[in-house]
Amino acid sequence: MNVLEIDNVSKRFGNLVAVRDVSLSVAKGELCAIIGPNGAGKTTFFNLISGFFPPTSGTIAFDGNDITKLSTHERVSRGMARTFQITEIFPELTVFENVRIAAEVAGGYRLRPWINAKEQAQVHARVEETLKLVSLETKTNRLVGELAHGDQRAAEIAMALALKPHLLLLDEPTAGMGDQETFQITQLIRRLHRDSNYTIVLIEHDMRVVFHLADRICVLDQGKMLAQGTPQEIAANETVQAAYLGNAA
Amino acid sequence: MKPELQKQTKQWVRAAGVAAIWAALISAPFWMPLFGGYTALGTRVLVLGLAAMSVNFLLGFTGVLSFGHAAWFGLGAYGAGFVLKWAVLSTPVAVIAGTLLGGIAGALLGALLVRRRGVYFAMVTIAFGQVFYYIAFQWSSVTGGDDGLRGFSRQPLDLGLFRIDILSSANNFYFFVLFCFALAVGAMGFILRSPFGRTMIAIRENERRSRFLSIPVERHIWIAFTLSCFFMGLAGALYALVNNFADPKGLHYSQSGDFVMMAVMGGMRSFWGPLLGATVFVVLQDYLSSVTVNWMSFVGLLFILVVLFFPRGLLGFLQRSKA
Repeated sequence: MNVLEIDNVSKRFGNLVAVRDVSLSVAKGELCAIIGPNGAGKTTFFNLISGFFPPTSGTIAFDGNDITKLSTHERVSRGMARTFQITEIFPELTVFENVRIAAEVAGGYRLRPWINAKEQAQVHARVEETLKLVSLETKTNRLVGELAHGDQRAAEIAMALALKPHLLLLDEPTAGMGDQETFQITQLIRRLHRDSNYTIVLIEHDMRVVFHLADRICVLDQGKMLAQGTPQEIAANETVQAAYLGNAA
Repeated sequence: MKPELQKQTKQWVRAAGVAAIWAALISAPFWMPLFGGYTALGTRVLVLGLAAMSVNFLLGFTGVLSFGHAAWFGLGAYGAGFVLKWAVLSTPVAVIAGTLLGGIAGALLGALLVRRRGVYFAMVTIAFGQVFYYIAFQWSSVTGGDDGLRGFSRQPLDLGLFRIDILSSANNFYFFVLFCFALAVGAMGFILRSPFGRTMIAIRENERRSRFLSIPVERHIWIAFTLSCFFMGLAGALYALVNNFADPKGLHYSQSGDFVMMAVMGGMRSFWGPLLGATVFVVLQDYLSSVTVNWMSFVGLLFILVVLFFPRGLLGFLQRSKA
């Protein structure tokens, strides 16, 4: 069964059709990259998946259940986690505190006015495990707002991972980063995909990153799905080259 | 210094600070006269401090500014007054009734409010608050109208074996109020250190991220708002006992403004800041109002100076200069 099954979704804003009849299936364990020129509707498409707004038409199924009408927090509680182009974190809290909130919510404690020692130990173990996964274990007591951009992104990804998601949505994970940081984040995503077997959908501008990571690439252009395929197929696709890669080169 | 050691030292300093606050509060009736104070002034500080801390529970820790919290304060006062005047001559029943009235009204109206944010939230809370003010103002036969609700007084505490006279002994009454204050403030501190409390801080820090951690933000704001209203109702009920009187001005938005001012002046990101803000406010009011009728101008001037030069409030400034 596919983790994500998107069937003919469209989104209109007045006269503008930002996303037009796009379908996409993502299998368990797959890493799917969405590329396309600016204004192609990539982020709008992501917002439809994560429930910022409902689609004008079409349906979205997650783990086999229709989630088209569910709100954001309901989708997240079913296992869909997301990071943003501009990092969304709790800047005035420490790395540990950032991830602890995620781990406590994932543990089902969010409405609890107390937490016992055993539960707390489990939460802490979960936080430490997650921070190790993103290589932030030496920076647990630093304020997230004071970290370098790449580490802030890693902290945001750690928060998403602490939710134990079935699907990770990463919106331009290397946006605004230098080569060194881009490399670190790319390696991290690769580890999450190859070693920890996460299902990942990401939007990315950096073609080196995309071709290095993706099992499958989807090209959006003017709100439509232009092509889908393996990196080799996309690289050889003439329409894609004309519409996008050709212009970029 | 190693970070672990630094953290421990910080915790010790914190614990010592909190112990000092409680020691000062418990011994207040004995040291205040040395500085020209009197016990009733301390009681007012506790009650208004509790109110400012309740406002800050929402403002400082959930990031939601209510400009109509005097409504729940005033309802608490009238609730306690109604019980003592017409129902039972029992101080604890009056306090509980006032707390419940403020809290339940806050819970009901809060459900209508939580989708608003920022200025809109503040405006709607002012509007709701003013509704209660005008009801109290107009419905003279029940509320006493502009004159306020009079003709009741706090009753001695009957503990079976012995009675505590809180009516004529200012010190006894102070300790009764301190007991209620400690319960409420202890509950606040407990909640803020819990998983739920941490979701409040998450919402303050970043609402979008909170949503994307699967926190239903509106529901959590509503719970925080409701809790804050219960604390506010308690403060109001105690205020009625302080004055043996419930005043419609206690419901007015200018009273809400005073509470916000105390919280901001003291330091809205700190737990104890609003108590310091309330202390400064009450003491200045007491002292200046015997000198000039324009005492509020001076408090206002101080407020402006604090906001301009100590954006984290007086307590935030003290903490930084210590570090």
